[in-house]
Amino acid sequence: MSKTDTSEQQEALGAAGAQLSTAPQEDTAVGGPALGVIGWVRWFWRQLTSMRVALILLFMLSLGAVPGSLIPQNSADELKVRAFKDAHETLTPLYEKLQFFDVYSSVWFSAIYILLFVSLIGCIVPRSWQFVGQLRSRPPGAPRRLDRLPAHTTWRTEAEPEQVRAAALAVLKGRRFRAHQVGNAIAAEKGYLREAGNLAFHVALIVMLVAFAWGQLFKSEGGKLIVEGDGFSNTLTQYDDFKSGSQFGTDELTPFSFTLNSFTGTYQKDGPQRGTPRTFEAAVSYSQGDADKKAVIRVNEPLEVGDSKVYLIAHGYAPVVTVKDGRGKTVFHGAVPLLPIDNNITSTGAIKVMDGYRDKNGKKEQLGFKAFFVPTFAGEGKGTMFSQFPALGFPVMALTGFHGDLRVNSGLPQNVYQLDTTKMKQFKIEGGTGVAQRMLPGETMPLPDGAGSITFEKDIKEWASFQISQQPGNGLALTGAIAAIAGLTGSLFIQRRRVWVRAVRGEDGVTVVEMAGLGRSESAKLPEELGDLALALTAEAPPTAPVPEPAEEPAEDPVPSGEADK
Amino acid sequence: MILAATTNEGLAQMSDLLVYSSMAVYTLAFFAHIAEWVFGSRSKVGRTAAALTQQAPAAVTVQVKKAGGTAVLDRPKVVTRSASGTRDVPDGPGAAGGTVKGDLYGRIAVSLTVLAFVIEAAGVVSRALSVQRAPWGNMYEFSTTFSTVAVGAYLGFLLAKKNVRWIGLPLVTTILLDLGMAVTWLKTPSDQLVPALDSYWLWIHVSTAIFCGAVFYLGAVATLLYLFRDSYENKLATGGTPGSFARSVLERLPSAASLDKFSYRVNAAIFPLWTFTIIAGAIWAGDAWGRYWGWDAKEVWSFITWVGYAAYLHARATAGWKGRKAAYIALIAFACFLFNYYGVNIFVSSKHSYAGV
Ligand code: HEM
Repeated sequence: MSKTDTSEQQEALGAAGAQLSTAPQEDTAVGGPALGVIGWVRWFWRQLTSMRVALILLFMLSLGAVPGSLIPQNSADELKVRAFKDAHETLTPLYEKLQFFDVYSSVWFSAIYILLFVSLIGCIVPRSWQFVGQLRSRPPGAPRRLDRLPAHTTWRTEAEPEQVRAAALAVLKGRRFRAHQVGNAIAAEKGYLREAGNLAFHVALIVMLVAFAWGQLFKSEGGKLIVEGDGFSNTLTQYDDFKSGSQFGTDELTPFSFTLNSFTGTYQKDGPQRGTPRTFEAAVSYSQGDADKKAVIRVNEPLEVGDSKVYLIAHGYAPVVTVKDGRGKTVFHGAVPLLPIDNNITSTGAIKVMDGYRDKNGKKEQLGFKAFFVPTFAGEGKGTMFSQFPALGFPVMALTGFHGDLRVNSGLPQNVYQLDTTKMKQFKIEGGTGVAQRMLPGETMPLPDGAGSITFEKDIKEWASFQISQQPGNGLALTGAIAAIAGLTGSLFIQRRRVWVRAVRGEDGVTVVEMAGLGRSESAKLPEELGDLALALTAEAPPTAPVPEPAEEPAEDPVPSGEADK
Repeated sequence: MILAATTNEGLAQMSDLLVYSSMAVYTLAFFAHIAEWVFGSRSKVGRTAAALTQQAPAAVTVQVKKAGGTAVLDRPKVVTRSASGTRDVPDGPGAAGGTVKGDLYGRIAVSLTVLAFVIEAAGVVSRALSVQRAPWGNMYEFSTTFSTVAVGAYLGFLLAKKNVRWIGLPLVTTILLDLGMAVTWLKTPSDQLVPALDSYWLWIHVSTAIFCGAVFYLGAVATLLYLFRDSYENKLATGGTPGSFARSVLERLPSAASLDKFSYRVNAAIFPLWTFTIIAGAIWAGDAWGRYWGWDAKEVWSFITWVGYAAYLHARATAGWKGRKAAYIALIAFACFLFNYYGVNIFVSSKHSYAGV
């Protein structure tokens, strides 16, 4: 659809073709400015807000987005970034300089989109003014030669010229054209919504960007692992990890609490995709200070409480163990969450008995156990300790016990899932592998030399981890998105076009009616519409002689122009 | 969606059989199209390049037909003029080149394509029934649906009496490639969805994505042919003699202006839907992962594709960038779409990884 606004045609049409859009005129002269500093600033601004530069910036934006999709990003997966850095020692310093591990918050990427949006604002404001001006003015009068326009028709009628013009005005207004009379012709225009839609679309882009930036500044996001039966209340200290935008204040956390009642996972039982998860459901009860309400959180169905959303992120097993000391006193009893290391939820973790334990001589000591757990054991002598299925089919736990100092008070932050054994001694175990002992639920393993015992309780709990996030601006972003689509649809599917109807008395005293249409772009719909309009008008101005066959190349001046009417 | 439902093996096997059958019928359609082009090349109709270099009529008379016009009133004839500065070259005669035999084979090819389409669509539907969910859980399923929709869109254009038969041969060829890849490398047994995909947004987001891809594809074919045809016309206009292949094949295509118009219409019409697809995806991501936009590889490439097509539309609106330059942008944008599908799914690790690709 090549646009008709080539300069040649523009000249031929004069004012009639002007302002059919608000697109900025492309000044093809790239020459520098003439006048000092202000001249330069002006020149720069004109360049920045030109369509050509907008196009180049759009290109740069998409090009700039590429590296972030191919190189691991800190924002997505810090572990992967670390692995990448370890594997590429020469590239890493270069990439770090170029901010390739944080592409989307990098200086250069931000520069591109900020420039683009400055350009956009610089473009949209004058265009909006211009459009308001166009709305307040009336469609321009008919060009002298209507037969030069992309669609044209003419006929002769007995009706008076005034009568024809009045009828044309009525027909055009009836079809919701903005129409008025200029000289001996009716000028009409329709499809302003196209421009409105286009402006709305570009404004909506700005709204979306603002919403996105606002969300980034004020968001908060934290993770929490909860074992069945345990609860969480939304305060900073309860989070396992917490990130927030620079403008977020911790007093803005929605006050609420919830308890994980149970977690249920189901898995494909047979076929080639055996073990693939099918459903994950976390049944919770939550409250905002009032009565408890029940809810089920699924992977695609977060729980919404006030401004916060609670997402189900991961799950695993938490075997319950009981540890007794040499005198038979229970020093530890509880569920120990273990971290999955594969899709069948083979899990590892640590059991730490910090205080209360005394050995058989009554000496204070700490105990630690490395735990290796499989929900479905392959079976004795199958050669693998890894789990065969993610559900609890044949749970087995292997434990390696240590005694000594857990070093939890050494000042170093400690991973709860790992044991620091530098200050500990391993218990010697009779039989077994000598390293770890496999246990079935309900079994108790005595520690050597009367050091006590550890019991793997029958009740194996599950845990689920949740992400609790609060992000303002989502509603605004969605509004912007919907406005963008609506505006875009209007902009692309609505044609803005002008129609002129001229009626003058010919030299032989018969009225000559001429109609012509002009659109932004060449479209088959324009002549069709003109045909319809003409047909509607012939009801009031019936053609007398047969409609003259249009010549191959329209005759030089088939209609005496305007003056004849006066 | 019933997640506990086990797959219905009978239906799944039937689906496989139907997809293979459709490939056989597409192959026949491919040969029929080849025959159409071969017979068409023997025609003398419109084969003289001289006809093109002649001054084409500047005005086209359009007699707009409309039922219900009073018989007495002769409908005024509307004269249209092309924009100044554009080449007025008539459309080529089509693959059959005006020959009866070529046309017969062309019709056979279209009929076979319709048959293959029906069989393939049945294959997709039975796959969906076998698992009682939307048949868009993995790349095998995307590929089969994608080709079905592309052919469906093409047949839709034909049904709407649009001049698109020229797209038949390239389309059927790529459909065969797409299906061939699907059954050899992407084959995944019929099964249930992983929980992350189990959402009604799957129906919305993935169906529109596939539809956009299929229609963008038609646009890209037209754009590519436009580039060839345009250089052919340029050569003629400047008095050069195109090679015999160009004379035989390109001459039978629609004019560069028509091809350009077709690809613009198709791309522009589908762009709002593509915008919607990305937004729907973002809403879904907000539900599934707790953030609506996270610059995941798939998101990045959808964004790049979107910006690419936006650049294309801008280019069309800017005087200096119409024609070939705009066409290159459209092709780059489509290449980004393709990379987002094959490249990101297979080579880049992304949150959008599905069961068995
Ligand atoms: C954020 C980046 C931008 C995007 C994604 C974007 C997207 C679009 C799209 C998709 C269209 C097509 C709609 C149509 O053809 O009517 C369009 C049209 C337009 N854009 Fe942008 N745009 C952006 C920035 C800009 C900037 C910076 C300018 C000004 C320099 C601008 C000026 C225009 C104009 C004048 C049109 C209308 C052209 C016409 O009337 O056909 N846009 N834009």
